[in-house]
Amino acid sequence: MTKPVDPKVLIVVKDLHKVYRMGEVEVHVLRGVSLKIEEGEFVAVMGPSGAGKSTFMNILGCLDYPTSGNYVFDGQKVSALNINQLAEIRNRKIGFVFQNFNLLPRMAAVENVELPLIYGGIPRRERKERALKMLWAMGLKGRETHNPSKLSGGEQQRVAIARAIVNQPILILADEPTGNLDSGSAAEVMAIFQRLNSQGITIILVTHEADIAQYARRRLLFRDGKVVEDTAEARVQETSSRRL
Amino acid sequence: MKVSLEVFRIALRTLSQHKLRSALTMLGVTIGVGSVIAMVGIGQGAGAMVKAQIEGLGSNMLMVFSGSTTAGGARHGTGTAFTLTVEDARAVARECPAVAMTSYAKRETNQVVYGNQNWNTLIVGVTPEYQIVRSWSVARGTFFTHRDMERADAVCVLGDKVAQSLFGWGEDPVGKTVIIKKVPFRVIGVMAPRGAIAGGGQDQDDQVFIPFTTAEWKIIGSVLPGYVGVIFASAVSQEAMPEAEQQIKELLRQRHHIPKEGADDFITMSLKDISEMREATGRVLTYLLGSIASVSLIVGGIGIMNIMLVSVSERTREVGIRMAIGAKRNDILVQFLIESVVLSCIGGLIGLALGIGGSQLLSLLGNWPVLISPLMILIAFLFAVLVGVIFGIYPANRASKLNPIEALRYE
Repeated sequence: MTKPVDPKVLIVVKDLHKVYRMGEVEVHVLRGVSLKIEEGEFVAVMGPSGAGKSTFMNILGCLDYPTSGNYVFDGQKVSALNINQLAEIRNRKIGFVFQNFNLLPRMAAVENVELPLIYGGIPRRERKERALKMLWAMGLKGRETHNPSKLSGGEQQRVAIARAIVNQPILILADEPTGNLDSGSAAEVMAIFQRLNSQGITIILVTHEADIAQYARRRLLFRDGKVVEDTAEARVQETSSRRL
Repeated sequence: MKVSLEVFRIALRTLSQHKLRSALTMLGVTIGVGSVIAMVGIGQGAGAMVKAQIEGLGSNMLMVFSGSTTAGGARHGTGTAFTLTVEDARAVARECPAVAMTSYAKRETNQVVYGNQNWNTLIVGVTPEYQIVRSWSVARGTFFTHRDMERADAVCVLGDKVAQSLFGWGEDPVGKTVIIKKVPFRVIGVMAPRGAIAGGGQDQDDQVFIPFTTAEWKIIGSVLPGYVGVIFASAVSQEAMPEAEQQIKELLRQRHHIPKEGADDFITMSLKDISEMREATGRVLTYLLGSIASVSLIVGGIGIMNIMLVSVSERTREVGIRMAIGAKRNDILVQFLIESVVLSCIGGLIGLALGIGGSQLLSLLGNWPVLISPLMILIAFLFAVLVGVIFGIYPANRASKLNPIEALRYE
């Protein structure tokens, strides 16, 4: 872990634009987003639908290229990387958690957790071991061989989190991870995120719900493709104004 | 993800999740490979049987037929002219050093009657040497002798099929009397079965042999006494065949007073020629059957492609998930490709088993020879694998080119 006094900058985006072309119409989804996220942060991304949150997350997650602008992730300029290199970054450095869990339906929980390790080229025995440990850490002992359809929503999301972190990523991107959960399960899942964050993993989380956003230490508010509010900047401004 | 056992294991699991669908998809390849194996096996079996039969006839035998006549510009075909004589046959035996022995024959189709049974067959008047030249043994009784020849005795030796047709299984034909053209003949022997020459040849067991003299005087008639339809000559050895053929040609041209530029008025044919001819026919048959069967294998491949395309669109979301957690395009490509190859391989293996089993059954029940070589099995199997690759590559490529974001959103 880096020294707490000088945390490493994990994400730098500068003037990020994303334009989708749908036939004749151009949709300007991101209109110049610039920000920095440091390692170990817990960020909530908020805003109405269509504000560009998901697109922003996709670009951060190396699933998509920006139309223009710069994105540096963990010291690497992402727009300069090819598709295979992006896949490698997703595999080794980023874990995804989705609203609808996105587990493979016909595979046992443990096999779902193993998937990133398969693509990471980890030998079978080690893979199984790590996947099982991860499931147990998520409180899913006894559920290892269940198919997702046999698990509750909360359990499915915990399997998904196990899958996201099994390859020891430095960043977790969660898109409305509690959207399909009851409040009890949601609290459980958020507790897990907090625990992971306290272990040093950076977490960026899209949510609609203010009480879920409370778990984060920094909030970004998107509107019309721009960040209109950033509590980190507010803090900076607060301190600078206090100085004045 | 490298192409390893692991990948095959995953593919097998995925396919076993849709058992009926996978089985039906395989069926196309199974039928394709099975029919290729069976069809080519039948074709090659026929070829091999012909070869064996012809070699069994005596591989150092030469036949000389009379040439064709030409009447009013129309050539009537081999054997229509009467150019060969008994004297020619004797001269060949006497004057060609490479020829060991000759026989000659006159043939006519006629009815043979025994009691209330009758059978239409080929009546062949030959000399006693015929049996030796053709190296054909007698199953029961004896072949006729020179004494029978000289006296033009009314004796006959039946082909196996004729014997069965007239006498059935229970009765011994030897010593019985049959009627040919109102002449009573005593049966003195039955030839060992030789079978039909497959691919259009005559059934050698469907003949009745009588002494040449008897044939000439009592049966076939004496329009042209002393002329023969065919001369059989055996060379002293198989190596001497070309020499014997050359000597026979020279001698006959000289005897028939054919000028240097003139065409032969006879045709020589060795069993090697015939066997090569028949083998060529067999090869064509094999290719024909094989290519028809290959079409069904290709149809099977189209079935695979169809199902793989369905599978790709059904599993779009899965592809998205796999890409999100780090699968490269190549990983996705390999995954789908291996699935189609596994389908075609398993289908192919079952097809091999069915093809081999089916053709063995056919040869057992239908008494049809089947020859399946290991090389052919290998080729058929590789062809099945190839079908899996060729028809799997398009769907797999399509899956690997999916956009992960859209794929994740796919419902």
